[in-house]
Amino acid sequence: MISPHGMTIIVKKICQFIAPTIFLFGIYISVYGHLSPGGGFAGGVIMASAFILQILSDGSLLEKLKSERWRLELSESLSIFSFLILAVLGLLLAGTAVFFGNFLPPGKLGQLISGGFIPIGNLIIGIEVCASMTLIFVALIIFKDEESE
Amino acid sequence: MILFVLCFVLFMIGLYGVILQRNLIKIIIGLAIMEYSVYLFLILIGYVKGGTVPIISDFFENGPFVDPLPQALVLTAIVIGLATKALLLSVAIRLYKHYGTFDIRKMNNLKG
Amino acid sequence: MGSLLPLYIIIPLGTAFLTLIFGRWLHNLGKYLIIPAMLFLTGLTIYFVSQIPQTVVYRVGGFADVLNIPVAIFLVADGLTNILLLIISIVGLLVALYSLSYTKQYTGETKFYALFCLMLAGMYGVVIAGDIFNLFVFLEIASIASYTLVAFGIEKQQLEATFKYQVLGGVSSLIILSAIGFIYWTTGTLNLADIARQLPQVKSFQLFVSVLLIGGFGLKAALVPFHSWLPDAHSSAPSPISAMLSGVLIKAVGAYVIIRLFFNIFQINYQIAMTITVLGTLSMIVGVFLAIGQWDFKRLLAYHSISQMGYVVLGIGIGLLVLATGGQEKVAILAITGGLFHMLNHSIFKALLFLNAGSVEYRTGTRDLKRLGGLAEKMPITSGSSFVASMAISGIPPFNGFFSKVVIIFAAIQAGYYWLAFFAVVVSIVTLASFTKVQKYAFYGELPAKYENVKESPFGMSLSMTILAILCLIMSLLIIPGVREIFLKPAVDVLMDASKYSVKVIGL
Repeated sequence: MISPHGMTIIVKKICQFIAPTIFLFGIYISVYGHLSPGGGFAGGVIMASAFILQILSDGSLLEKLKSERWRLELSESLSIFSFLILAVLGLLLAGTAVFFGNFLPPGKLGQLISGGFIPIGNLIIGIEVCASMTLIFVALIIFKDEESE
Repeated sequence: MILFVLCFVLFMIGLYGVILQRNLIKIIIGLAIMEYSVYLFLILIGYVKGGTVPIISDFFENGPFVDPLPQALVLTAIVIGLATKALLLSVAIRLYKHYGTFDIRKMNNLKG
Repeated sequence: MGSLLPLYIIIPLGTAFLTLIFGRWLHNLGKYLIIPAMLFLTGLTIYFVSQIPQTVVYRVGGFADVLNIPVAIFLVADGLTNILLLIISIVGLLVALYSLSYTKQYTGETKFYALFCLMLAGMYGVVIAGDIFNLFVFLEIASIASYTLVAFGIEKQQLEATFKYQVLGGVSSLIILSAIGFIYWTTGTLNLADIARQLPQVKSFQLFVSVLLIGGFGLKAALVPFHSWLPDAHSSAPSPISAMLSGVLIKAVGAYVIIRLFFNIFQINYQIAMTITVLGTLSMIVGVFLAIGQWDFKRLLAYHSISQMGYVVLGIGIGLLVLATGGQEKVAILAITGGLFHMLNHSIFKALLFLNAGSVEYRTGTRDLKRLGGLAEKMPITSGSSFVASMAISGIPPFNGFFSKVVIIFAAIQAGYYWLAFFAVVVSIVTLASFTKVQKYAFYGELPAKYENVKESPFGMSLSMTILAILCLIMSLLIIPGVREIFLKPAVDVLMDASKYSVKVIGL
């Protein structure tokens, strides 16, 4: 259950410092997914933990969470749809013409911009996982709080 | 070899939870334990003694790699497991709302 | 032609997510999108069937084989997949048509159609996947969508049913996943064709892996020792979803995979063939006897699903047994034809029966047979089509169920398994008795006073039921020589040339 006022001021202040750092770390993990361990899913989970931390420490009204829910749903669907479009682009473009064909130049091994569309895909997956994890958290809270009323 | 046996033991502990527990949440935990034992098993399959990270790069020595494919499988399976667990938990919460308890012995609308 | 295969995954997924994105503003978008999408996929399937039967291979991502090791993800279509693709497309199209009116009683229709499309994508994926891990992933997509759809009405019964379904489905998925782990351990590959090529050299674990796979996919197909989730889940779900689950899902993710694995991938051996036959016979007998005592319309139908799946598995099992003991090839062909043909027929008439039950529930609000009666004059289309379907499922000529059952029984006699033939006949008679009860209590007899004002179901629902009833008659034409060669024979050939699967797919 989430209280509308959140936790004490100490926790709030510390979370204000920590949460952006966690979020940045999540983006780093997602973007470097093709070079080092990590990738979209792990990065997305880390990004989502930043949001969850904020909701837990600052507290939130049930109505506000409910109104946020459709935005999370929308960003989840949009990112997954853009991943599908990325895959279909490989099918449509002349260079590859296969489903999931890598239509961007491969680049040099070990550089950040390399591996064709894989970094883009990782970032999209990161956003999608972040949105869906936060959505699961918010939805479970809403279910629980509706029950206790 | 001992590790595979331990995996199997973990699987059986999970199965015990699923079959014999009467609490919805404990059943879900049992299912999760079974899942982790299967993930561990898959990771063990890909393990090579003394192997390094399977990344081709200047930073890592090019020794024998551990098999990266089971790791990819486990990652995918974790995502699937996450979706199933979230769904199961939300169903459990809804059931709690209807019955006021997590005890499956009290839920007997379906018979036969 | 091969380049059309990914469309089976792209179109349902695209429809699902478009529906979810714009569903907040355009409430009926799902309804407008799903019918064209399904029409297109049905047309595509008919195009695939009309081609000279050949094995079509598609490499996702375009990766070529490295040192004869297939590294790409394969999508494969051949004679056997054509049958499944046709079942999914036709039943999916008609059920979608039916849902247009039926889902008006629910809030959140957009999510219904999105989940429906996801389930379709999962089933198409299972059927065309060429490697065992992607098969597992698509199976989970289909399963998770179906778990959610079973609980769509969020009432007590539905939640309870979906919990049971999910726990058992989760256990079966884990069994399948560990079997996949063992397969990768022993063969070092996940590609189905490559596994088929490597397995003869591997002696260890073969039987163990087979048992795990039979357990896992048998749970998905609801064969008898593993059937306890099916009556709850299939009877609690919204009726169009019951039709999809009973008509398509248990075949696409259960029976199809068992058939594909034990004919084309694993070597045919006697123990496994015997196990499959025994499981089929048990399901056939136990399912029908459990169905007799039921008074809930949809629960009765769900038990009959178990029994009819028993027929399918029995046909396949006799085919395997004959091949394993080195019997006549002709008999094996007959048995497999019967099994596959019954799978096709069952998906049509069982979907129709569930839609009938849905119409009755939609208009009267109950599915308790004791409280119904005399609906024949009030709902002529529902009652007429349910009569056709009841005759088809009980094996009365000239409907399609008769022909497939007769083929299976003949095959059992010719193979020398007289007891199995006897059981098949007895079960068929009991089925007839059970459906006579349904007809008598639901559609004939005395009309209770409170149903005086009951009307026929809306246009979309009536139309899809009529088409399915006509299909029940037309499907019987598939068995006559001449037509059989177009459709059933290629599928049987794929199974009879068991060892050639890897040659056809990866050319080795």
